[in-house]
Amino acid sequence: MITLERVCAMIGGLQRSELERWIAEDWVQPDRRGDEPVFDEIDVARVRLIVDLRRDLQLDEEALPVVLSLIDQLYAARRRMRLLCRAIEEAGSDELTHVVLRRFSEQAGPAGAPGEPPRAG
Amino acid sequence: MANNNNDPYKALGVGREATAGDIRRAYRKLAKKHHPDLNPGNKAAEEKFKKISVAYDLLSDPDKRARFDRGEIDASGQERPERHFYRGHAEGTGGRRYAGGAAGAEGFGAGSQEDLGDILGEFFRARGGHGEPIQMRGRDQAYQLTVDFLDAVNGATRRLTLPDGRTLDVTIPPGVEEGQVLRLRGQGGPGLNGGPPGDALIEIGIAPHPYFRREGNDVHLELPVTLSEAALGARVSVPTPRSSVTMTIPKHSDTGTRLRLRGRGVAEHGGKPAGDEYVTLKVVIGPVDAALENFLRDWKPEQPTDPRRSLTEAA
Repeated sequence: MITLERVCAMIGGLQRSELERWIAEDWVQPDRRGDEPVFDEIDVARVRLIVDLRRDLQLDEEALPVVLSLIDQLYAARRRMRLLCRAIEEAGSDELTHVVLRRFSEQAGPAGAPGEPPRAG
Repeated sequence: MANNNNDPYKALGVGREATAGDIRRAYRKLAKKHHPDLNPGNKAAEEKFKKISVAYDLLSDPDKRARFDRGEIDASGQERPERHFYRGHAEGTGGRRYAGGAAGAEGFGAGSQEDLGDILGEFFRARGGHGEPIQMRGRDQAYQLTVDFLDAVNGATRRLTLPDGRTLDVTIPPGVEEGQVLRLRGQGGPGLNGGPPGDALIEIGIAPHPYFRREGNDVHLELPVTLSEAALGARVSVPTPRSSVTMTIPKHSDTGTRLRLRGRGVAEHGGKPAGDEYVTLKVVIGPVDAALENFLRDWKPEQPTDPRRSLTEAA
């Protein structure tokens, strides 16, 4: 269980008011215990990412939600992809995984080159 | 002295005469490109980002930079503490917390086919191209290991014998939680056609302790004390997960009085400070002799109390 004070102490130069604003904007979504926010490791990692985006990558707070939304979509898609691949592996034999992978690489073409559009069936 | 690999100027792609502004601009440009959280699935990005961060730490500090230029320090030893990037969390189940913003991205529409191919190649255990024998990573194998309460609190190494006769030495980190899964790389099923072996996934169970109970990083203990220890106060020895310590029971304590032994809970781990031990007193009267009987018969408390008052009021 990581408190707001501790997150500010862990990340140099992070102001409490700044972090509170990010929470109010829902950019960081810690759990709540009573009135107090409680941070998981993923929340801390996300705060670090936002600090990097603001400080090193010079994003202002207008552009930040756009970038965060795209990042969230990217990771959501990757998570679903991972689950899909695991489902295929668990549902079938190694042979099935081979077939899926081979068909996929046929459709995608050699790495770097534009592939044919996938066909149904 | 600095070899080419370690030259912070080279890492940022600037010359020795670069101004502070040049260095900042070069760092920002590279950070935009190589930030690991903006490059999921690209293992090289993290190394690259580390390198430029270390270089920037050194060159953005005028004092350190001057000492480096004079050859007094080199870029090694400037390592940053190990950092857990967001991408390491975002694809796990915990990442769902932040998937809400992705309401429009339920399908797989985004991304080119090459991206998709790279992702599939990365996520599937099997790899291989047209016509080549497909190399395949071995399966992950799941095991269960029940550890003692104290091993889970303090950390330990335990030997696990697998069904095929192999043995695995499993390092139990302090503070391991019930149901946590430890991954032992390369200890799972063998690979196919020279593919790498899978991982062993060890699900941890924790056996209960006769006296200690755990809540997160804290350990709780019910400590029996005598009537006189509670009433008059005492110094008593109290077991903790690592050793016994002497604790002061303040006078006028009672059953339910809770005392804290700071730092005596789960050992420090993963950047988290050690938890505490909470000791809840339980007064035990024990055998009553004639002297106590006589005392109590004659005793007229200054403030008579009814410990059952809240019960009768509730009825």
